[in-house]
This record gives sequence, structure tokens and C-alpha cells, in this order.
Amino acid sequence: MDAIGVLASRVSADASLVDQIVTFFSFGHLTLVYGVIGVVLMGISCGVLGSFVMLRGMSLLGDSIGHAVLPGVCLAFVVMQTKNVVAIFVGAVLAGVLAALAIFGITRYSRIKADAAIGLILSGFFGVGVVFLTRIQRMSFGDQSGLDKYMFGDAAALGRSDLQLMAVVTAAVLVVLAAFFRHFQVTTFDEEFAASIGIPARGVHAALMTMLALAIVVALQAVGVVLVSAMLITPAATAYLLTNRLQWTLAVSAAVGVFSGLAGLFLSFVFDRIPTGPCIVLAASTCFALAYLFSPKMGLVPGLITRIRNSRRIQRENLLKAAYGLLNCGPPDREIALADLARARAYESSFVRRVARSLRRVGMATVTDNGMVLSPAGYRRAAQVVRNHRLWELFLTREASLAEDHVHRDAEEIEHVLGEEIVAQLERDLDNPTLDPHGRRIPPPIPSVVSPSEVSSEGAVDAR
Amino acid sequence: MKETIDNNEPALEIHDLTVAYHKKPVLWAIDLSIKEGQLVGIIGPNGAGKSTLIKAIMGLLPLSSGWIKCYGRPVGAVRGILGYVPQRESVDWDFPVTAFDVVLMGRYGQLGPFRRPNRKDREIARACMEKVGVGGLADRQISNLSGGQQQRVFLARALALDSRVYLMDEPFAGVDAATESAIVTLLKELRSQGKTCLVVHHDLQTAAEYFDAVMLLNMRLVAYGPTSEVFTHELLQKTYGGRLTILADAAQAVAAARGGN
Repeated sequence: MDAIGVLASRVSADASLVDQIVTFFSFGHLTLVYGVIGVVLMGISCGVLGSFVMLRGMSLLGDSIGHAVLPGVCLAFVVMQTKNVVAIFVGAVLAGVLAALAIFGITRYSRIKADAAIGLILSGFFGVGVVFLTRIQRMSFGDQSGLDKYMFGDAAALGRSDLQLMAVVTAAVLVVLAAFFRHFQVTTFDEEFAASIGIPARGVHAALMTMLALAIVVALQAVGVVLVSAMLITPAATAYLLTNRLQWTLAVSAAVGVFSGLAGLFLSFVFDRIPTGPCIVLAASTCFALAYLFSPKMGLVPGLITRIRNSRRIQRENLLKAAYGLLNCGPPDREIALADLARARAYESSFVRRVARSLRRVGMATVTDNGMVLSPAGYRRAAQVVRNHRLWELFLTREASLAEDHVHRDAEEIEHVLGEEIVAQLERDLDNPTLDPHGRRIPPPIPSVVSPSEVSSEGAVDAR
Repeated sequence: MKETIDNNEPALEIHDLTVAYHKKPVLWAIDLSIKEGQLVGIIGPNGAGKSTLIKAIMGLLPLSSGWIKCYGRPVGAVRGILGYVPQRESVDWDFPVTAFDVVLMGRYGQLGPFRRPNRKDREIARACMEKVGVGGLADRQISNLSGGQQQRVFLARALALDSRVYLMDEPFAGVDAATESAIVTLLKELRSQGKTCLVVHHDLQTAAEYFDAVMLLNMRLVAYGPTSEVFTHELLQKTYGGRLTILADAAQAVAAARGGN
């Protein structure tokens, strides 16, 4: 491995950035091929297990186990006097299990709560690990250990035996999850119900914890102890924001894990061999940030866009309402002065002009220099909004026994969001009324003469 | 499994049941026998051990003493016969599953490795959703359901179990009036099929109307019998009144003596 390591570092020292990129995609180096296989395996196993870990609220436990394996790795090295893959694997798993048991013991048999116990064990074990690591590096055989790779990870240092171990663990995880997917699903969602139908909830939990420990240990080489928990949490959290069914959460999480692994490996290789761990975590965190901002259902940006659209629509509809009032049952195609509209709603004239232009854009009005004329669709929607408003006022005064002077503000909001079904229900409940509580006429529904799709999309209640 | 039970035995028989949490007793020496085909309300103040009783019957808690039999057999041996409806708040409704996925969980009991629910299981799940009026919500993610709809999904899942004895933990808590009456209709239908339902209930006013028999519970079984006989001023006073608080004090003393907290 050392010859390859030297080769890789020489490549990075001599070649320009472009050459590095070309080298990466031609997969000329065996180390690189190994690295790619390694991060793909890690992305899959950590991605799927991470989903369960997150949904069970055990993310921090994964983090602490990740840190806690370090003393196990070091002890295995001291005992074997060399970097033996199997010994390190066993040492790491034992340390991880010991940490998990210690956390359980502290929460169970003292008044310390889980978060504090996790913090205690994480830092304690990690501290011991760092002490060991530093001592080992000062020993005579220390410099050939490559143990420091365990801190921040180096996917390019993965050897054939490392990959074999990773492949076995990933395959085992996938087979177990495929075999018992339903059992894992129901125990994670509702543990007591699962137990009540005879599913061994404790056994399922133990199986998950075991697989988690194994996955953490095999991911160590690629991302390092400090950041291994990110491979469990970040892809899973990203997938959670994008999916509504567990099957998809697992698949997307694995995909994000694999993508981050590859992107991180690429960054690490191209930019002068920064440790792979931080690069992979950087890629994964970017994925999460994108999902957080742009997830179609839960993202901040789509939500903001919906809110802006809704508030624009409400502005338009309020202007339509004012226009309807000014038309005062006269011919619907009479031109209405913008100045009158501004006076009617106490708006700035520039604001009225802007909203009028917006009405023109959606085909509800034509705008002249100083006035506007409602289109048939605009007039229809105007009547609809006024109708909603007055129906709602009537409903509140009659059915909810509110005073007449208390219902306007409520109706101002409701009028924009009532769907056709609710309006129909209101009409039925109120026996198709013609007058609102203030004695004003409730406009009858105007049959659609324009394309119904436009009106329905305008009138639809947005999800947010 | 279901064929081997003895229909002449009581649907549920509880003998000398004591349950403790962290060494602190929460239920003391409960004796009870419930005949098949009854709607039984479990009534009592907060901390009376109502949920604990249901979980103990389901085999979800270790017993300090006593035994529970279902149609004459120990509960562990007759799993499919007992159906559990947990409290709605006990799960995370943001979980990535659809309403249909949740109802289908009612069919997981017999599922071996590498097996998926088959077409018949899916048909049953769908029919159960129709029965409680959430057939149109099958593909909704569960966080997009109202409280009443979530409760109906839980009930549909229980129906999918096709159990003979149902244990329901506060199914009426936080649901709308339409759901409440739908649940009552469902309970009556289950009774007409000879099923037995034990229902934890909080509202004394409606309890008399909904249930055939009532269990008054406050760490001890205060009374069990037909609603008309048990719902007396005296027994309710005994259940909710101050005298029984001494039980809680005693439990504290027991826990302290055993070295708990």
C-alpha cells in the first residue's frame, strides 16, 4: 500500500488540476478503483442503516459509537503490532459495543439522561483513543501504522482486504434488511404494536444495533472516526425531506450516500489529497442543504414561492372585489378608473397599477392609461370572491352566532381560500341565501364562459 | 392457532395481576373475568393504571405476579386473538409511510423472512379502511391526516388483525364528533360479531351510554360489572375520591423499600 500511496502523492504533486481530473475519470490507479468501490459500499450500508437510526431517534448514538471505536482500533494495533484488518475490525466492534452498553447502563442505573450519557461516553472513549494514537505514533513501529488515517479517513488507502470486509458487511446488511424489511418497518414505526403481533421487537433492535456497529467500523477507513456519523445522519436526513415512504427513504438515502462518497473522493483526489472524510461530508452536507431549501413538498424555497404567489393572488382578488363594488351591478365591461379603485381600498395608486398589471397577466382584466376593464373571467372570479365573503359572513352570524360587526375580518381571509365543495356545502346549509347579514345582495354564481381550468387554478386552495 | 381455543371459556380472565414500573407497583392484585361479546369501558383517574392494564394483558410488560388467560389459554400462546390499538400519540406521525402501509401492518403477524403481504392481505387492508371511512386516504402520508383520520387508520389496522378480543387505549381521545360516532358504530358492529372490546375511556358522561360493562380502576379494581350497576355515586366516589390516594403513597413506600427511586 505504501508504494501506491507514494505514487498517488507524487501524481498529485506533479500534475496540474486538469491532469488530476483526467486521471480520476480514467481510473488509472488501482487505489482509485479501490476507493470508488469502498465509498460505494459505504454509501449503501450507511445510507440504509442511517435511515433507521434517524427514524428511531438514535442519531447521536451512532455518532458516539463512531467516536468510541478509536481506542479499540488502537488496542488491536498494539496487540498485533501491525495493521491487521480483522484484528482492527474486532477491536473496533468490541469498543463500539462497550460504548453502547455503557450509555445504556448509565441512563438505566443513574439519573443521568441519555443525551448527557452519550456526550460522556463519546468524549471519554475518544479522548482515550487519541491518547493511545499519539503514544503509538511515537513507538518504533508507529510511523508505518497508517493509523492516523482512522481520524479523518483516506479512501485511497483502502486495501483489498478492507474492501472484502466492506463487501461482506454491506451484503449482509442488505440481505437482512430485504428479508425482514416489514419487521424493521413496523418496529421502527410502532414498537409496542409490533410486539403485540408477535414480532420480537428487542431482537429487531439488537439486529439493527449490530449492523450499525459493523457499518460504522467498515466506514471508518473511508471517512474516519470523527465524521463517520455524518454518513449515517446526513444522507438519511436528506432522504427524509424528499420522500414519504420508507422504501424510498432507504433508496434515496443510499443514493445520496453513494453520490457523496464519489464526489468526496473526487474532491479529495483532485485537491491535493485532502483527507477523504471531510470531502465526503462536505458533499453530503451540500445535498442536505439543497434538499432543505428546494424539496418540493417541505423545502423553504418552494414554500416561500407558494406564499408569495398566494399573497399576489389575494392582492389581485381584493382589487377584483373593489372593482366589482364600483361596477355596482352595472354592465361588467365598463371601464373602472384606477384612482377610484385606490380610493375604495385606501391603496397607493402605484400599488393599484401594479396589481392591475398582474390581473392583465392572468387574463382577468385589460388595463388602459387610467383605468381597467374586467374580462369575463375576471368578473366571474370577482363575483365569486364577493359571494364567498358574504356567504361566510352569513354562516358566521347564523351558525356560529357571531355578532354582525365581528365577521368581516374573518371573511376577508376565508373568501380567498374557499373551494367549490365548501361553497356548495355552505349554500345547502344556509338554504341558498340571497342576502348577507348586512342586507347586501349575495351575487349568484356566474356560469363559466372561459376555460374552466384557469378559474379553477386561480380559485384552488394552495396546500400552504 | 385460533381453532384450538375453547369458546366456553371467558374471553379474558385475569388472576391476581400485579404490575410494577421500576419496582413501584402500579396495579395491585387485579382479578377479573370478562365474557365474550361485551363492550367494556376501563374508567379511572390519571395514573390509575388503565394503559398499564392493557399493556400487561397484551404481554408487553413483565408481570410481578398473577396470570392472564384468553379463552382459557395463556396470552402468549394465542397472540392472533388479541388485537391492540395503542394511543394515537404513542407514534411519530411524520414517519414515512402511507395510511395504507400502516393498515397493512395489521397483516404482518404471520409474515416470514423475504415475504411480502399478498394480494389477499392488501384486499383485507383496503376493506378495513373502507369500513372506518378512510378508504379514500390510502395513499396519503400519515402526517397529512387529521387526528380523527389517524385514529381511524389505527382502528383499521386493528380490524385487519381480525382478532377476537380488542384492547383499545383511549381511541376517543382528541377526535372529532364524526369520528367518535364512527368508532361507536364500529364497536357495536364488533360486538354483534361476538367480539370483545376493552376500551380505555376518559369521559364519564358518554361511558354509561357506550359500554355494556364498566371496570372502575384506581391501581386496584374498584368494581366491575354491568354499567347500570357499577355506575353508582358511591363506587365512582370510591374510584375518584381521595381515599385511594393512600395506594399511591403505599406504592412509593414499597418502591423505596425495594431500593427503587
